[in-house]
Amino acid sequence: MLSVKENLIVNFSAELLKSFTEIVSRYPEGKQKSALLPILHLVQEEYGWVSTDAMDKVASFLSIQPVEVYEVASFYTMYFLEPRGKYNLEVCRTGPCCLVGAERIMKYIEDKLGVKEGEVTEDGLFSWRGVECSAACGYGPVLQIGPEYTYYENLTEEKVDQLISELKQKVQNT
Amino acid sequence: MARKLLLTHIDVPGINTLEVYRQKGGYRAVEKALKSMSPDDVLEEVKKSGLRGRGGAGFPTGMKWSFLAKPEGVARYLVCNADESEPGTFKDRYLMTHIPHALIEGMIVSSYALGTATSYIYVRGEMMPQIRILEQAIAEAKNAGLLGKNILGSGYDLEIFVHPGGGAYICGEETALLESLEGKRGNPRIKPPFPAVSGLYGCPTVVNNVESIASVVPIINDGGDEYAKIGIGRSTGTKLISAGGNLRKPGVYEIELGLPVEEFIYSDEYCGGIADGKRLKAVVAGGSSVPILPANLILKTSTGESRLMSYESLAEGGFETGTMMGSGGFIAFDEDQCIVRNTYNFTRFYRHESCGQCSPCREGTGWMEKILYNIEHGQASPQDIDLLWDIQRNIEGNTICPLGDAAAWPVAAAIRHFRDEFEWHINNPQEAQTKNFGLAHYADPLAPLAE
Amino acid sequence: MAVEQLEKFTVTIDGIPVQVEPGTSILNAARQIGGDIVPPAMCYYSTLEGSGGKCRTCLVKVSKGSEKDPRPMPKLVASCRTNVMDGMEVQNITSTEVLDARKSIVEMLLINHPLDCPVCDQAGECKLQDLSYEHGVEQTRYEFERRTFERIDIGDKIQLHMNRCILCYRCVYVANQLTEGRQHGVMYRGDHAEISTFIEKAVDNDFIGNVIDVCPVGALTDKTFRFKSRVWFTKPVDAHRDCPTCSGQVTLWYKGEEVLRVTGRKDEYNEVHDFICNTCRFDKKRTSDWVLDEPTKLDKESVITANHYNTFQPIPVIKNNPELQEANEEQLARTERLK
Repeated sequence: MLSVKENLIVNFSAELLKSFTEIVSRYPEGKQKSALLPILHLVQEEYGWVSTDAMDKVASFLSIQPVEVYEVASFYTMYFLEPRGKYNLEVCRTGPCCLVGAERIMKYIEDKLGVKEGEVTEDGLFSWRGVECSAACGYGPVLQIGPEYTYYENLTEEKVDQLISELKQKVQNT
Repeated sequence: MARKLLLTHIDVPGINTLEVYRQKGGYRAVEKALKSMSPDDVLEEVKKSGLRGRGGAGFPTGMKWSFLAKPEGVARYLVCNADESEPGTFKDRYLMTHIPHALIEGMIVSSYALGTATSYIYVRGEMMPQIRILEQAIAEAKNAGLLGKNILGSGYDLEIFVHPGGGAYICGEETALLESLEGKRGNPRIKPPFPAVSGLYGCPTVVNNVESIASVVPIINDGGDEYAKIGIGRSTGTKLISAGGNLRKPGVYEIELGLPVEEFIYSDEYCGGIADGKRLKAVVAGGSSVPILPANLILKTSTGESRLMSYESLAEGGFETGTMMGSGGFIAFDEDQCIVRNTYNFTRFYRHESCGQCSPCREGTGWMEKILYNIEHGQASPQDIDLLWDIQRNIEGNTICPLGDAAAWPVAAAIRHFRDEFEWHINNPQEAQTKNFGLAHYADPLAPLAE
Repeated sequence: MAVEQLEKFTVTIDGIPVQVEPGTSILNAARQIGGDIVPPAMCYYSTLEGSGGKCRTCLVKVSKGSEKDPRPMPKLVASCRTNVMDGMEVQNITSTEVLDARKSIVEMLLINHPLDCPVCDQAGECKLQDLSYEHGVEQTRYEFERRTFERIDIGDKIQLHMNRCILCYRCVYVANQLTEGRQHGVMYRGDHAEISTFIEKAVDNDFIGNVIDVCPVGALTDKTFRFKSRVWFTKPVDAHRDCPTCSGQVTLWYKGEEVLRVTGRKDEYNEVHDFICNTCRFDKKRTSDWVLDEPTKLDKESVITANHYNTFQPIPVIKNNPELQEANEEQLARTERLK
């Protein structure tokens, strides 16, 4: 299926390219493809998602075929192949978190934001999705927000309210 | 208080910094190994310690190291598996967050023993904070001459790099991890060849879990024999247990292997009992892939003996009445939890995480998920339980990598021990939407074994 | 000058011994014996390096590891990716465990496969059709909606019908090994995994047409042959031409005077050894383009010539063992029906 609906033409800054080069240097000569995952993280951090154009340019930087990048980016769950909200709330939905109320929290977030899983709020600020085990089972329910992947643990409805208003505040202040 | 080897100084303020870590005796193992031991001496101590891989399989670490091929002029690699994603397991995150230098120190000593010039720590991508912490720790160690060229004047050179994953449970499987580290999809490789012969970039490679590598530090400091004195039988040393679910005090605990399960759950030194004064219904003792056991079987073996937190005791009785130590992800279920719902949840997880390479796992996990969804939502028929049993049996053992088994076992165990709860769901579809089956007889004392 | 021969290994498959070169896989050793004891292979392709191991239809039981280490292997192994050892003993159709597992693999491969054989160009030469006929059960236990994808053209000559794909990865190996710069691959993962170019792009390369020949099912088909004829109404003839790009060794598929399609020459395991170029495949459809060699040798019982399937000829050990007879029940029943 041809899944690309939207594209974003990018121009990697000199600074970003310098980080790419540093990452490549961690791997042996000729094994620059190893840098693909970390570089895609940097791209997503910069643009909020990974567009086809960005992937093509990463491929060219690493001297690999574009399809090798598409294959990888679509395999892993952390790379967004379409735009998300500025804050993408990722709630752990796996067993142990569900024992302590993760499903309730997801429903609460859905109602509060008024958007379904994977959709973006009208103001472009928020989206949310359930993710699989976040390896924080003792502190559930938990959610994480990229690109820093800060964790918010032992969630309650009140904590979600507080988090969302803090994030809104943060945007207003900048 | 039980003896601690990894988390001794966990509460010391600033233990995440090199300075405080060294004040507390950190990096003694590096000094000892690089200055007074040969790589083979280090290997010998690890063998003597009886340390078993802490990632889940429990394979003896020393033996794994001794399999590493050492052809002349070919690079070798040590890769630390920090792709912690097994539901129920969060000990590696804890260790890396609070005592990152324990891992770095273990990496240096282990790399020295294996003779690698470059070693990688593959950290799951969502652990960005831990990646930053480890990068900081590596920089500190490098500044102090503990990494880089000619470490502590020993002539040994080593670089360690942190590599982020991209979000895929399957990359915890060692060959999928190596594929991912090479910038590819996390498809497990077909074995043989094993990584010890052809691993990263086709070179001989050892992949070890975070906790295994960190455990090398106390083994070198105190000697393998000392380490082997802790624990019970072939379960030597201490183990980090991630305790989650409906426990009063969930968290990461370091236990001496051999601790009774009952003590771990109920004593105040550990989990402090079940949350909200409820009763225990079931336990998944070693991460979501290991068989779930009802309360009566997790506390006592089928022969009536007290069940212990050790590789052997947890496995006592085989899959009929036992389980596995796995990665030490201990999940407790209280009397109000629904086993069907949890089995559906776990199966959805495995379906989501299947790489899709081999047919039984790709197709079977999705099929099981759909049937379990129907059972959970009151849309199943009685023969669905047998069908489910058949599908899991057809996946188990027939796949490229252990994810197939990991998906099959939880389903098999849930049906084996909680079949009446499944039947109740199917026969009472309306009622099952609003209430749970409850504790039922799952905590009743076991009938004595018939002669 | 005598070239010193490497010591050969003896391996016994279903009680039949064979001597093979070290480094030979169990599957290829079985192919040297031939007949019913050869495990089916949906993803392995001898001329594509790295292929195999994925579909799991060729699973066999190693009941004795080798002369030196006679322990059996704990699990069934993929015979295409497991090499023989000297003294190894393997069970294929003499193991109920293997037959049971194979039946379940066929079931898994079929749960999401559409039942569109009547409109599929591959029908009659589809390996999945053969596999399910020979090793499957007649009824499905799958009661859910099948996974579906949109049909797309990858280039003007090749159609990708992802619904039918069993993810054998052969076409990916073709693109990797025969073309410069692979343009399609496997996207996403698990049961969402799909063959795709990801973006709208024609896959274009002199040798890319070979993905059609290696595809075991009707996922990649020749658009120039689409709906032209059922394969069993065509007559295959081996032919060659002096081609500057490839060996020019092909099979022409005639209907009357007309060449409906051109493919590589396939051996008895359906494998092409001389891959052909797109010009030969798509653009040379007149008899005058070719020098005709001879009618393609087909198994006399092939569906293409005789309109029915091979019958199963049980080896004696099965005839005398009720348990194995039961495990081979479907195969034996078909033989009865086809008599």
